[in-house]
Amino acid sequence: MQPRILELRTKILKKNDELAREMREGFGRSGVYVANFVSGPGAGKTELLTRTLSLLNQTHRTAAVVGDLATENDARRLSASGSPVRQILTGTMCHLEAEMVRGAIDGWDVGALDFLFVENVGNLVCPSSWDLGEDLRVLLFSVTEGEDKPLKYPTLINTADVVVISKIDLADAVDFDLALALRNVREVRPGIDVFQVSAKTGEGLEGWVGYLERQLAKKRDLGNDTEELQPIDGLQKSDTITEHDFSTV
Amino acid sequence: MHELSIAQALIEIASEAAARDGARRVLRLAARIGVLSGIVKESLFFCFELAAEGTLCEGAALDVEDVQVTVMCPQCNAARELPAANRFRLVCPACGGETPKILHGQELELASIEVEPRSRDLPDNEIIKDGKSYATANT
Repeated sequence: MQPRILELRTKILKKNDELAREMREGFGRSGVYVANFVSGPGAGKTELLTRTLSLLNQTHRTAAVVGDLATENDARRLSASGSPVRQILTGTMCHLEAEMVRGAIDGWDVGALDFLFVENVGNLVCPSSWDLGEDLRVLLFSVTEGEDKPLKYPTLINTADVVVISKIDLADAVDFDLALALRNVREVRPGIDVFQVSAKTGEGLEGWVGYLERQLAKKRDLGNDTEELQPIDGLQKSDTITEHDFSTV
Repeated sequence: MHELSIAQALIEIASEAAARDGARRVLRLAARIGVLSGIVKESLFFCFELAAEGTLCEGAALDVEDVQVTVMCPQCNAARELPAANRFRLVCPACGGETPKILHGQELELASIEVEPRSRDLPDNEIIKDGKSYATANT
């Protein structure tokens, strides 16, 4: 019998995209601002996030979920901020997917939060293609990684909304050329906002946290204009998360 | 490493479409993958072959079309394809200006599949699109 051609024209990650969109709508209705931290291993995501949570907690309600292949160390560190934290153990998976995040926040009253942070698995390639329903994708490069990281990993930077150069207290010690790094960022992603911080000394954190607060205010302003959107029950449903057991508390 | 997840998603979509069509098996998948998507093709082929075992896609060929990067140049007010050698530098090849907006090159798409029909329940000239079937020509 003749082979048949079936035209599909389907996005390969359609399932994840649809779930992420559903989650984003849910986050929008809840008025919670969601940021997804991505970087290579050891760029300082956990430390920056811990400091960010501590600063925001003075005036806001925050929570975090963190992905890791094998350990719960990051969740323990983040807990020091006082925020509710849940660990997602991905096993061998090199990135977080929307379903894992939805499973991890299941049971949380997301509507009571101002900020929800997602710390992705440390990887500069794989998280690129997975939308987690976030408002902001934050890409960290640390000064110890060198100035050419943006050129080496253009895929991830092209899906990011903001770049944070971390560990700037070490810049002199490692002869970090900031101007070159900024030029490299600009070459592969013209126009993206760049912050320079040290989670250790606190340098730059005020500006960073202020930026997040402004993003939240912007989102809520926009949200008020679109309150008549049809409600879709996204966050409460847990019909598909039983397929995987990624979330541990 | 995420090529395994991509391969599994490809197989799932193709197998579902083939099953819906009543096909015996999938013979070929035609994917379109942007060169900015971060996919290593060799790794994808390797993962695909392994992950396809025991599914309707077992033994199927995977064709990948590379989608080059096209950017929108605000200075020229035109879409420009970046030369392959310079595909990551978002600079207009015509005027040299910065081009932040990416139009193509991040695609991860399953364009079509070729299946071996199981029975003659459906005419051979029919194609399935978005879950609906269309006849391509009169029999």
